[in-house]
Amino acid sequence: MSVQAWTYILVGFSFALYIGIAVWARAKSRSDFYVAGSGVPPVINGMATAADWMSAASFISMAGLISFMGRDGAVYLMGWTGGYVLLALLLAPYLRKFGKFTVPDFVGDRYYSQTARFVAVVCAIFISFTYVAGQMRGVGIVFSRFLNVNITVGVLIGMGIVFFYAVLGGMKGITYTQVAQYCVLIFAYLVPAIFISLMMTGHVIPQFGFGGTLADGSGVYLLDRLNGLSQELGFLTYTNGHKSTMDIFFITAALMVGTAGLPHVIVRFYTVPKVAAARSSAGWALLFIALLYTTAPAVAAFARTNLLTTISDAEYKEAPEWFKNWEKTGLIKFEDKNKDGRIQYRGPNSDIENELSIDRDIMVLANPEIAQLPNWVIGLVAAGGLAAALSTAAGLLLVISTSIAHDLLKKGLLPTIGPKKELLAARISAGFAVCIAGYFGLHPPGFVAQVVAFAFGLAAASFFPAIIMGIFSKRMNKHGAISGMISGLVFTAAYIIYFKFMRPELNSPAYWWFGISPEGIGTVGMLLNLLVASAVSFKTPPPPPEIQELVEQIRTP
Amino acid sequence: MNQSLRHQRSSYWKLNLRYLGILLSIWFITAYGFGILFVDHLDTIRIGGFHLGFWFAQQGAIYVFVCLIFVYVRLMKGLDKAYKVDERDAGPS
Repeated sequence: MSVQAWTYILVGFSFALYIGIAVWARAKSRSDFYVAGSGVPPVINGMATAADWMSAASFISMAGLISFMGRDGAVYLMGWTGGYVLLALLLAPYLRKFGKFTVPDFVGDRYYSQTARFVAVVCAIFISFTYVAGQMRGVGIVFSRFLNVNITVGVLIGMGIVFFYAVLGGMKGITYTQVAQYCVLIFAYLVPAIFISLMMTGHVIPQFGFGGTLADGSGVYLLDRLNGLSQELGFLTYTNGHKSTMDIFFITAALMVGTAGLPHVIVRFYTVPKVAAARSSAGWALLFIALLYTTAPAVAAFARTNLLTTISDAEYKEAPEWFKNWEKTGLIKFEDKNKDGRIQYRGPNSDIENELSIDRDIMVLANPEIAQLPNWVIGLVAAGGLAAALSTAAGLLLVISTSIAHDLLKKGLLPTIGPKKELLAARISAGFAVCIAGYFGLHPPGFVAQVVAFAFGLAAASFFPAIIMGIFSKRMNKHGAISGMISGLVFTAAYIIYFKFMRPELNSPAYWWFGISPEGIGTVGMLLNLLVASAVSFKTPPPPPEIQELVEQIRTP
Repeated sequence: MNQSLRHQRSSYWKLNLRYLGILLSIWFITAYGFGILFVDHLDTIRIGGFHLGFWFAQQGAIYVFVCLIFVYVRLMKGLDKAYKVDERDAGPS
């Protein structure tokens, strides 16, 4: 059967599965819609959290990024996993004990202030929209590359599916579809990785193959070969770092803290029945995430080695079939500058001019073809990419709809509406959110890639410190929290806007403060937030006794 | 609230904070110490095909993170039991 046929079958089957689950697990009440009735077992919630968290970027782009960055790629690996330790130890159990519906709920109640709630709502909506635009685009790209439909149709189909199960199922529907999506995506990621590991190193487990010797009988370690090849061709050595330690430190911290402050991740911990379940479900989530995140760097190294050995200095006419296939999509570009009919793939340190440019997304998408895996594996990768994008999009859309229906309407503008009406409002706003997200998917603002730094930076500089202080300091009052959040936000936003949008030509280490890039500035924003909040709360009256009692209460299960 | 309950709560919280302190120190040392600050020193040690620093940055730190959470779950399970902190199964009120 052809690749196309397999892809249609596997994608069609997985979509039918998601819809079936959505019908079965549809939300009946407000609590079902917001937090799945708080009845999700910890392992199931861990799986759903993993799918929620791992987006199109994790599935499609991350291994490619690492394979072009070498050791510095660890900022993503550690940054996007280390935050779960913070979540499990510092946030999840207490927020579960608090037990409302949303993150702004906590901020608003703990700081007894509508202003604080409003700041939190605006952040939650902004962060989620930033993120969701990228997911819809991802759906469109997978559709167009694997199924030969155009991006518009792809985005519309993706919107339709998400609309169906997010609006109908709410959090409950999303949770169980995310479980199915996790299974699809992890299977789709591991199968090609295992095949390639076997092919290149003879190890079944990619994490071992990564540090093993090559299967070609030379007895050379894979990473040594990769370093040797890189140097020979004028690239930077793979296992050494090339960014400044300072910057690596701050980016990693911003991603970790940002992860722990992302509303669509936090809200998942409201869905488990108990405080102890919130703790263990964070552990399960990270375990499921680690399966992909420890495989990704292995895939990155395999793909890079494979690419350098098969492509460089090969005769263009005899280039493998996948090379030609991906050349058609424009993701591989070859220009025979010295007209010798060979592909010279060279790095910046080489005397010979480079003739090849490769889009980093290829590392995962074309991997099955490069390794000559059966056609069904290629179809599987398409289904996995879609699962990753759809699951994250659904989680984000839910945050947007609850923020609007619950935090903005019920707790703000229209406090008199009943639970039924509130549920309806949540469904309508989910519908609207899908449409807006779809619009951004079709007409991506040129700055989608840049604003990801924004989402993490803002989450790090606003939510994370406000929640932590709300739990660990009884003295923290509303004046402190609000001024902390605002100064963290303004500082982080200003730094990112200045270097990414106003003066992009200055966006280089020479101009950054202390060598900290806009990606890492959220860490400084967080520290500033903590500092300002502590100073202001010290000078203003302590919170009322009932709030101090609330803090006492959330500290014990 | 009576005095002994208040006392109980505060000693439960103190023990919890101590666990957090220890576990987060390990978290920091593994990720930021081994994976970032001392990575080049550790890279002089080799285990199989890996330089140790590189391995921590791209593999080891993640395994340590997973273990840390499950250790915390275990520790808190013991603490909850010792302090007989009762947990209701109810949803949000």
